[in-house]
Amino acid sequence: MTSTAANQNKDDGETRREFLFLSAGAMGAIGAGILAWPFVDSLNPAADTLAMATTEVDLTPIQVGQAITVVWRGKPVFIRRRTSEEIAKAEKDDNADLRDPQKDSARVKNPEWLVLVGVCTHLGCVPLGQKGNDPKGEYGGWFCPCHGSHYDSSGRIRRGPAPKNLAVPPYEFVSDTLIKIG
Amino acid sequence: MASGKREPFDNAFVEWVDSRLPIFTLMVKEYRAFPTPKNFNYFWNFGAIAMVMLVLMIVTGIVLAMHYTPHATMAFNSVERIMRDVNWGWMLRYMHMNGASFFFIAVYIHIFRGMYYGSYKKPRELLWIFGVLIFLLMMATAFMGYTLPWSQMGGWAATVITNLFSAIPLVGEKLVALLWGGFSVDNPTLNRFFSLHYLLPFVILGVVVLHVWALHVTGSNNPLGIEPNGPQDTVPFHPYYTAKDTFGLSVFLILYVVVTFWFPNVFAHPDHFVQYDSMVTPPHIVPEWYFLPYYAILRSITFDIGIPFTDIVFINAKFGGVIAMFGAVIVLFFLPWFDSHPVRSARFRPWYKIALLALALDFILLGYVGMETADAVKFGIPLVYVGQICTLYYFAFFVAIVPWLSKNEKALPLPKSINDAVLAAKGA
Ligand code: HEM
Ligand code: FES
Repeated sequence: MTSTAANQNKDDGETRREFLFLSAGAMGAIGAGILAWPFVDSLNPAADTLAMATTEVDLTPIQVGQAITVVWRGKPVFIRRRTSEEIAKAEKDDNADLRDPQKDSARVKNPEWLVLVGVCTHLGCVPLGQKGNDPKGEYGGWFCPCHGSHYDSSGRIRRGPAPKNLAVPPYEFVSDTLIKIG
Repeated sequence: MASGKREPFDNAFVEWVDSRLPIFTLMVKEYRAFPTPKNFNYFWNFGAIAMVMLVLMIVTGIVLAMHYTPHATMAFNSVERIMRDVNWGWMLRYMHMNGASFFFIAVYIHIFRGMYYGSYKKPRELLWIFGVLIFLLMMATAFMGYTLPWSQMGGWAATVITNLFSAIPLVGEKLVALLWGGFSVDNPTLNRFFSLHYLLPFVILGVVVLHVWALHVTGSNNPLGIEPNGPQDTVPFHPYYTAKDTFGLSVFLILYVVVTFWFPNVFAHPDHFVQYDSMVTPPHIVPEWYFLPYYAILRSITFDIGIPFTDIVFINAKFGGVIAMFGAVIVLFFLPWFDSHPVRSARFRPWYKIALLALALDFILLGYVGMETADAVKFGIPLVYVGQICTLYYFAFFVAIVPWLSKNEKALPLPKSINDAVLAAKGA
């Protein structure tokens, strides 16, 4: 006899109906939100993409002062065998005015080997400086041609629009001449 | 939509359909009899032109999609195959490629027309908002289309633009991985861009229907910016404006055809004809010409925003650039509320007219700055500074100059009616 009850007490019936409408609407909205998630999440990196996550690199062919670029997760990784001057300069600049302050020692496992994700932290271009005749920027590291970011010989941002240092990927020395990235 | 009283048609078939679905009645009402101010100038051609370009993009695009392969290792070659082997493929691709440029030319002029003659003002605010929405969707569509040939320029444009989202605090990095479907612009990215590039033009078509619907509720604005008062101020849309639109469209299409057949690559860049290499960025990347002003705005924010003389930063330069770039489009949505001056047309608002023409020049100058490298210097002036001043003017126009003029500008006397003004001009 709800309808007669509602008729007898109009205010009460209205609030009850409003409550039912609101809770049904809220349930519908929550359901739609939950259903939307698989559609959105399907855009995230798929299992096979995630599986390509490690790369091994043999360091023997790299001479002092040379650099190579390897592919890890579809991104370039820079491996530079630094000269003693480059190491000294990077360590000296630990106290310079840095935008993203970090000590050189915190960015390497072995000072001779600098391993970096070769993606500019501004908008993702690949900085120049890997090849002998590339511009290396004002701080002897890398120079990003897209909007002019300069990185030093530790891969730290020194000038230009990039907010952060070149990232250090997770890696480990499997032996003295072999590293595993990822 | 059109129900109720209906004039019968002579043709039996038309009448049979129309009595069941009054679609012919609708067309007659909206496109033949539709009373339209009789003083349009050629600026009023660009809506129809933009519509034709949209249809042209959809038709060429659907045929291209029958030969195109959205896969990282095959996309570039499939486009080369379209150019060399597919019958008329070169023409279809050049029509689509240059069609995008001409679509933007038409829409930029169309937007300028709206701003010059105050078409965004009451009661046409919603009409204007649908227009800005179309503009945004077009930008997204063209951006994704540009990555499809999987060229150096297209692939790196995609990288730089998607990376803009990494500037968003906290969720940025996650969001970019979501957009890419991986850790860089790669096959999953190409695939979804193709899917969306196919979809969005049809969404645009839907918004165009709403845009035109809203137009047919309020009626068109006109160069005087005063409402028509009766039949003496208007003419039926057909044949008067169908004829004028056809003429303007023909001139526009001649220019389009000349570019498509004789200078098909004027808007293109050599690095757009080299296959994408995710390991090497081209030395000088630039977006398509129609994005250059916004690109210059992005690059002009080179400073962090925070409390002066401290290390406290609220918005770093990168995020600031992103906000400014998107803000430059979003601000258009609010123009009807920044400007509440009762007079619409710039013809009767000398100060607004100057400010708006300056904005047009400012926008072109921004485009020039966007085309040059970030550290370029011309006549001893670093272009970054030019870009910063232009960006400042761009935003000042919307949030300061227009609101101020809206309160303080004294307009010139308006003519009594469209008819009076037309007859006076004829007599002079
Ligand atoms: C708003 C309308 C559209 C715009 C602004 C637009 C824009 C673009 C642009 C700028 C390109 C790159 C052209 C190049 O550099 O080669 C492109 C490529 C492409 N578009 Fe569209 N497009 C539109 C509609 C469509 C539609 C509706 C389809 C398909 C159903 C389509 C299919 C394609 C295909 C397959 C390509 C790659 C082939 C090529 O590069 O020529 N487009 N589009
Ligand atoms: S992407 Fe390197 S400076 Fe902008």
